[in-house]
Amino acid sequence: MFEGPIQDLIDELSRLPGIGPKSAQRLAFYIVKAPAEDARRLSEALVAAKDKVRFCTECFAVSEGDRCRICRDPGRDPTVICVVEESKDQAAIEKAGVIKGRYHVLGGAISPLEGIGPDDLRVQELLDRVQRDGVQEVILATNPNLEGNATAMFVAALLRPSGVRVTRLASGLPVGGDLEYADEVTLGQALEGRREM
Amino acid sequence: MPLYKEQGIVLRAIKLGESDKIVSILTQGSGKIRAVAKGIRRTNSKFGARLEPLTHVSLLLYQGRNLDTVTQAEIISPFRSIRADFELIAAAETMLEAADKVAEEHERNVRLFLLLLSGLRALDERPLDPEAVAESYLLKLLSLSGFHPSFSACAVCGTPGPHEWFSAGQGGIVCQADAEHDAGRVAEPAVRWLDGLARADLMAAGDMTPELQTRREARAMLFGFVEYHLERRIRSFALLAR
Repeated sequence: MFEGPIQDLIDELSRLPGIGPKSAQRLAFYIVKAPAEDARRLSEALVAAKDKVRFCTECFAVSEGDRCRICRDPGRDPTVICVVEESKDQAAIEKAGVIKGRYHVLGGAISPLEGIGPDDLRVQELLDRVQRDGVQEVILATNPNLEGNATAMFVAALLRPSGVRVTRLASGLPVGGDLEYADEVTLGQALEGRREM
Repeated sequence: MPLYKEQGIVLRAIKLGESDKIVSILTQGSGKIRAVAKGIRRTNSKFGARLEPLTHVSLLLYQGRNLDTVTQAEIISPFRSIRADFELIAAAETMLEAADKVAEEHERNVRLFLLLLSGLRALDERPLDPEAVAESYLLKLLSLSGFHPSFSACAVCGTPGPHEWFSAGQGGIVCQADAEHDAGRVAEPAVRWLDGLARADLMAAGDMTPELQTRREARAMLFGFVEYHLERRIRSFALLAR
């Protein structure tokens, strides 16, 4: 135990995910030893993040203003929507640089064990957007696991009556991987999704 | 035995740290175990889809002080058909969740393992009515845990039925004289339907489908009974009843 402010800092840091008491102590001492300027920048960034970061009113991604950078960009195709579970997934897909359309963040995946049902996701908002914006393709980019697949199937079934084209990210062999180590589910899906060359 | 072999069905997986997961597995010989799968969330993980919930796997595990560690995994059956259908997933999730609630860690329960395995195999055959298979499984799970509901005679005095009251706390249908305040009125077709499901083979349970009203009543009775006796909320019921 330490005295006063340093112990307060350790306590606060140890509340962060993945930070135990020992790591919190290490971070706290690093901050105390670092130049005052660094500590001030960190504290300002923390406050600014909490104050300024909002959720885009259209796609629900984290955003600085009412609408996010991508929803404001007139160069992005509004008729293609890529549906993801979390903002983190949007960032990963954006890095690939292939999607020219916009996004929709569901806010999770259907997982009864974690108590997340279809009503806890932003599905109705997606349906509204599809109706309103004359969307032509919805790309379901939820995680390729049981929950993500269940969510994709659920959303696809709701979109079917609207006649919009619904696609799902392909699953298969990771680039740079070895075929002999692939499991049969992944390999089976890779074969089902094979392409003409 | 620091290293041991087991086969089991993956019940659930929760994220751990940056790229690991803790998987709960109902095994054939060691009851429910919780084990760490290191690096499983990386796209190039050697585990791939092998430790996804709803997979029957053969495992090599390293025994730890607290949690074990999965070192190798091979799929025995991936239950591919279940994964391709939302209704089947909902039924399977209900089965996994109920088994998870009943199973004790490191307490061998071969019958529970075999019951779950047959339930999932029945679902993998794409039955006409997946919910009926899940309900039949729940009734068998109750029997296995010592809570078989009485459908043919009063659960208190044993007077042969039919009776028109049902009480989870009293253990099934009850006659008018024995019905306590928590008993609810039930129609006979719903009781008969549940009785049929309790006796039916899991592979055959999904061949028939009841009328909507009967299904609703039977569902309310069964779900209430399960939650009362397992003393746990089963979250998957909401998905199953959709």
